[in-house]
Amino acid sequence: MTVIGWIQIFLYCAIVVALVKPLGWYMTRVFNGESTFLSPVLRPVERGLYWIGGVDEKREQHWLTYTVAMLLFHVGGFLIIYGLMRLQALLPFNPQDQSAVAPDLSFNTAISFITNTNWQNYGGESTLSYLVQMLGLTHQNFLSSATGIALAVALIRGFSRSSMRTIGNFWVDVTRCTLYVLLPICVVYTLFLVWQGMPQTLGAYVDATTLEGARQTIAVGPVASQVAIKMLGTNGGGFFNANAAHPFENPTALSNFVQMISIFALGAALTNVFGRMVGDQRQGWAILGVMGVLFLAGVAITYWAEANGTSTLSALGLTGGNMEGKEVRFGIVASSLFAVITTAASCGAVNAMHDSFTALGGMIPLINMQLGEIIVGGVGAGLYGMLLFVVLAIFVAGLMVGRTPEYVGKKIEAREVKMAMLAILVLPLMYLGWTAVAVVFPPAVASMANAGPHGFTEVLYAFTSATGNNGSAFGGLTGNTFFYNLTLASSMFVGRFFMIVPAMAIAGSLAAKKSIPPSAGTLPTTGGLFVGLVVGVILIIGGLTFFPALALGPIVEHLAMNANNLF
Amino acid sequence: MLREIRPAIILLLLLTAITGLAYPLAMTAIAGVIFPKQAQGSLIEKDGKVIGSALIGQEFREDKYFHGRPSATSAPDPADSSKTVSAPYNAANSGGSNLGPTSKALNDRIKEDVDKLKAENPNAPVPVDLVTTSASGLDPDISPDAALFQVPRVAKARKMPEERVRQLVTEHSQGRMAGLLGEIRVNVLVLNLALDAAATK
Repeated sequence: MTVIGWIQIFLYCAIVVALVKPLGWYMTRVFNGESTFLSPVLRPVERGLYWIGGVDEKREQHWLTYTVAMLLFHVGGFLIIYGLMRLQALLPFNPQDQSAVAPDLSFNTAISFITNTNWQNYGGESTLSYLVQMLGLTHQNFLSSATGIALAVALIRGFSRSSMRTIGNFWVDVTRCTLYVLLPICVVYTLFLVWQGMPQTLGAYVDATTLEGARQTIAVGPVASQVAIKMLGTNGGGFFNANAAHPFENPTALSNFVQMISIFALGAALTNVFGRMVGDQRQGWAILGVMGVLFLAGVAITYWAEANGTSTLSALGLTGGNMEGKEVRFGIVASSLFAVITTAASCGAVNAMHDSFTALGGMIPLINMQLGEIIVGGVGAGLYGMLLFVVLAIFVAGLMVGRTPEYVGKKIEAREVKMAMLAILVLPLMYLGWTAVAVVFPPAVASMANAGPHGFTEVLYAFTSATGNNGSAFGGLTGNTFFYNLTLASSMFVGRFFMIVPAMAIAGSLAAKKSIPPSAGTLPTTGGLFVGLVVGVILIIGGLTFFPALALGPIVEHLAMNANNLF
Repeated sequence: MLREIRPAIILLLLLTAITGLAYPLAMTAIAGVIFPKQAQGSLIEKDGKVIGSALIGQEFREDKYFHGRPSATSAPDPADSSKTVSAPYNAANSGGSNLGPTSKALNDRIKEDVDKLKAENPNAPVPVDLVTTSASGLDPDISPDAALFQVPRVAKARKMPEERVRQLVTEHSQGRMAGLLGEIRVNVLVLNLALDAAATK
């Protein structure tokens, strides 16, 4: 570890924190329906969309209607992606003549993108036409992240409203998020990325004759416009197979730094939106504090592990850390930091191959996802995931003192706690359950690229990433098989929607409750005690759930490596 | 609930058209005007022919060129399309080795490369980036140490003084962005082009 490495890490954190208030202020205005500096241009477009779509923007929805609207929207999104992938050979913008994608891979990819997972069982440049990349994947990058943010805002309204039956209008929230938040940032961001060297062209792949006379086909495409929303919306599905490690998808140290900031920017700012909407910004800062503690702990461990390298590398006299699967322009620190950020948020873009990380360095990304991706988390999803843990922590605190727990003026009762537990428990059911099936099912075992405990970690990582809607991978695992295409798709689906529905049920039941003023017996939820309590609950629930699985994978691998056992 | 079906179809189609067609096509048009070189892939031409991209590494085997990092990219086997064969720096199929720290295959491969490099230059420690594959398999850069390590071989093959070659490496080392971000690095293709240019002078 180096001083300049830590300076980069702290500079990163400082910039993310500095963006929280301005972005939080702006997004609060957007979701409260107030006008912004972009309204003169965008308001007519917005009204036009409502008019054609038959949306009455004044009419709010009950939580159930809100949820159904969201689900219908996703059924449509699924059909668009699936159809485009199956028919791409017949459609325009296909200069490489990519043929139709197989049904199981199309199914997996469509589920993957509507759930904001963006798991890559496809290799972008070798499988997909430009039309699929744009109309299929880029559009769902926008809409799945807009949906995540809309849902988080709906849950916030549950906390901030008193005795109301409705939690907002899904169509309005999604439209405003797309038009006022995501699109304007992406337009500027795309140009920045092209400036840094990212291609943005509809031309065919380039045939070059190298200095030594060999032929090299260089894949290009409309990369920058997709990467902008891929990072900002914590989607993470790469234009290229190597994702953000590909020099075209992340050309410079600066593009890398800005990409890392954009992963956290909206998710972190949503804590401020929460604070503003419940009328006390300190509530938002406390939640961001919980996230910050867990984040920095993860960064420290991964950075330390990767900088130390492996015992086999040092036995050969190689110093400079574990550079296998990393790019020179990023080095150890920017690769480690990126890995922790992308799994803390549910982004899943990678600028280094997690599969080649050291055992402990690769364990932190795994833990980040198993905790439920609540350390900033996916845009929106991170906040509603975190609020579920807050509900539990408040409940535990209430049990300790024997009072009905309250949070930001709302009594937390049996219904909320049950729904929170349901959402939290369904995740390990998927990733532990499917991992258990996969490691005893011979065709699934055959997909592992590494033998020994590392192979087990590959499978555990895949199902964890899918369930958490992350999308990063221990890429050695051959996921494009019938078994994995279907089981991973089911994990992604359950991980997304079985968390959303209980969260929306909580939103509905909270909105209907009366707000009560804090009394002398109310647990203050803005201080260090509260932060410690929530961190504790997260680690205890997480630890009890997945520690045994980690012991079989990365932990035993670390011990094996130190004992010089190779597989 | 039934009245949600109309927006579900129409809004979806409209927003898809905006974000999936209008936005990327508009960005393609604008980027092509403002940053035409980058938008096309930062291609390098020599005598009117494309010889590569400044951002994409290419394979160098000859002694007179600096070599990049090992690359784990592959291509479909021409004999059997269900299998793949090793194809270093295949810029149409990026990817890493995905081998973990306890992989015997990885450690054997690294040991072999270290032995080869030690035989080539016994006087300097082997730089780690020269024996590890990159994440994309297309890493255009190596560390300055990795370039300096190869100076004796390159100088000998070109019958140039080592001092001159070393000077070229130093000239083509790119520092950290603002002295802070990223790592110090040398772009192999750019360095080799400079080397060719220096040789013809």
